[in-house]
Amino acid sequence: MTSAQLFNFVTVAYFGAMVLFVVFLPTRSKQIALGATFLAYVGFAIHTVAIGLRWYESYQLPGGVGRAPLSNLYESVVFFAWTILLVYLLIDLKYKQRAVGAFVIPFAFLGMTWGQLRLDQSIDPLVPALQSNWLTYHVITCFLGYAAFAVACGVSIMYLIKEGKDGGESRSDSPAGGVLSLFPSTRILDDINYKAIMIGFPMLTLGIVTGAAWANYAWGTYWSWDPKETWSLIVWFIYAAFLHARFTRGWVGRKAAWLSIVGFGATIFCYLGVNLVLSGLHSYGGS
Amino acid sequence: MNAKERNGLTAVWDFFCSLKLTIILLILLAVFSIFGTVIQQNLQPAQYREIYGETTYQFLNSLQFFDMYHSWWFFGLLGFFSINLISCSIKRLPRVLKIVKNPVLTPDDTLYRTFSNLEEALVKTPAPEVRDRTAALLKREFSAPVITEKDGKIHLFAQKGAYARFGVYVTHLSILIIFIGAIIGSLWGFKAFVNIPEGKAANKVLLRSGATELPLDFAVRCDDFSVTYYPGTNRPKEFKSLLTILENGQPVSEQLTQRPIIVNDPLTYKGITFYQSSYGPAGDPVFNVRVRVRETGETRTYNIRQGQRVELPGGDFFRVAAFTPSFQEFGPAARLEVFPSSGPPRAFNVLQAHPEFDARRRGEFIFSLLDYQQSYYTGLQVNKDPGVWVVWAGCTLLILGSLIAFFLSHRRIWITIQPVGEKTGIKFGGTAHRNQPGFELFFDDFKKKLKKEISS
Repeated sequence: MTSAQLFNFVTVAYFGAMVLFVVFLPTRSKQIALGATFLAYVGFAIHTVAIGLRWYESYQLPGGVGRAPLSNLYESVVFFAWTILLVYLLIDLKYKQRAVGAFVIPFAFLGMTWGQLRLDQSIDPLVPALQSNWLTYHVITCFLGYAAFAVACGVSIMYLIKEGKDGGESRSDSPAGGVLSLFPSTRILDDINYKAIMIGFPMLTLGIVTGAAWANYAWGTYWSWDPKETWSLIVWFIYAAFLHARFTRGWVGRKAAWLSIVGFGATIFCYLGVNLVLSGLHSYGGS
Repeated sequence: MNAKERNGLTAVWDFFCSLKLTIILLILLAVFSIFGTVIQQNLQPAQYREIYGETTYQFLNSLQFFDMYHSWWFFGLLGFFSINLISCSIKRLPRVLKIVKNPVLTPDDTLYRTFSNLEEALVKTPAPEVRDRTAALLKREFSAPVITEKDGKIHLFAQKGAYARFGVYVTHLSILIIFIGAIIGSLWGFKAFVNIPEGKAANKVLLRSGATELPLDFAVRCDDFSVTYYPGTNRPKEFKSLLTILENGQPVSEQLTQRPIIVNDPLTYKGITFYQSSYGPAGDPVFNVRVRVRETGETRTYNIRQGQRVELPGGDFFRVAAFTPSFQEFGPAARLEVFPSSGPPRAFNVLQAHPEFDARRRGEFIFSLLDYQQSYYTGLQVNKDPGVWVVWAGCTLLILGSLIAFFLSHRRIWITIQPVGEKTGIKFGGTAHRNQPGFELFFDDFKKKLKKEISS
């Protein structure tokens, strides 16, 4: 059994979970929701083992290649999917709002599919600049932040759908009927959105700070306005605006949900767009 | 100052204190930052003219868009942001200090009505007894209360995590500290670089801004530079320089003699840090070429530089015309030129990896490239940044502050006890400044315990 095979199982499990979550919305079957959650847990468990296995495999290659699997685009997208599941399952444990899965699991599924089908999966040795313990801290903190923002974005989309349909007056017990009745109330959606960003923001801050510390150690400059750095700061500005919007009349609810969605758009651009469109220090190794 | 002026000033002050301004500034900072990632920064004017044309170039240049993160308007935006941040803190901090330092010890009904966590009870236990038991319970389950007796009523007040209210201000302060660190670095630090050939020492570096020389009061010698590759690949594994710090021509210490520096492991001396940054060939390589005369089998070896013409057995000449360390997939290769005493020169390639390859050319001589020695220079980034520790202190506070602000909450409980006829009435309420649902759970539990405690 290789890590590549395991990652395929993970992708299938997330696909199953995603389909079941979507089916759950119109059918309202508790069993289906339970099955979906179970598949998400199984996928996450295999995912964890697969990442560990890939780590182990890197040490089996000749020439001192061994390192944590966090260094190229494929490994980062696999890790991103893992962190999305981690944050989602934590939030599921606390809120038990199964409908949220239909809006969050697709992000993880898309990431895994893209990684498995389109990206170079070879384990390449690290170029000198990446040989640093900072790499691990930097990547883990950044992606935990990104994952929390992904969950917040999914929940914000739900918020806008729900609020658009029944004008924000609904409560979870209102007999609105249809798919929307399974959505948590706008109050809870708003709360999950805020909680997720509350986790994501300090993580992003840590990610930026560890990146700066590493850059200072490797190149002697903690900040050089490289496009990737700048975009991470743009993301930080947007979520800082979101957090301050919480305390300002007229900026809660819809505007906050939009800020959260725009913030995640900027996050994805920071993660992928900068490498695909712009140029800088973070061009992923091997590509 | 008349009333109108005062109103004007208040309006200005309110404007700077407003959270709406904060949100707008954060969004503006985000939007303007995008420009600098789309427009490449700090290129040569000629390159910009080529990309944008003369008119657009002039326009963008006048607005400093080609070094926009150091433009007057971006600094202005950051300055505005700092003023907003300071004003907000000045406005709100005294109120918070008052809440923490002078809590309401004798709550009235108006205060109680503001609590969403509120409960009342009537018990037979006498008031002093209720007071003692409640105080003990608070101390056990929450924190030691302050007891105030006034107008026949007994008030208990207890709080936890008061410092959680300062997380926000720590976060705000940390951002200013980071700015200060950056300013210190740009005022008293420098960024420079130096290229040192192997075996040579340098006692001055070239500043990146303006490319002027900066003398050091010590010298750095590069004893060796090497690149290693992952086996069987062209993927570099390590760039390594051995550096020695010299003062008055003598090494300063054992540790700083032939100290290896690699990409993620710089060397610091007297506040100046040397980072492995680049490398390149220093001078021409020396080639070790063997020549065998095909007929006689006589061999001769040469140590020659590129372009140097040397005589072959029999009076012809040859030279190394060109060299590459990797020729397609064959590794190091040299292009040789032979100048016969009559006739045009002939040119051909020899490969280090295949020393007998040239025999197939069926020439008079068989040439083999046995080896070559290339000396390198090491390229070092040389920086001094006395502000960097201030920046790290700011970053640490930023993270601590935001964790406190997000995850800790200031929780307060008030209890008022008063005799009602033969019985004792007790009223209690509590608030948390964050995470109300969590506090609600605690308060419900506390409620039950308190009732049980005083009713028995």
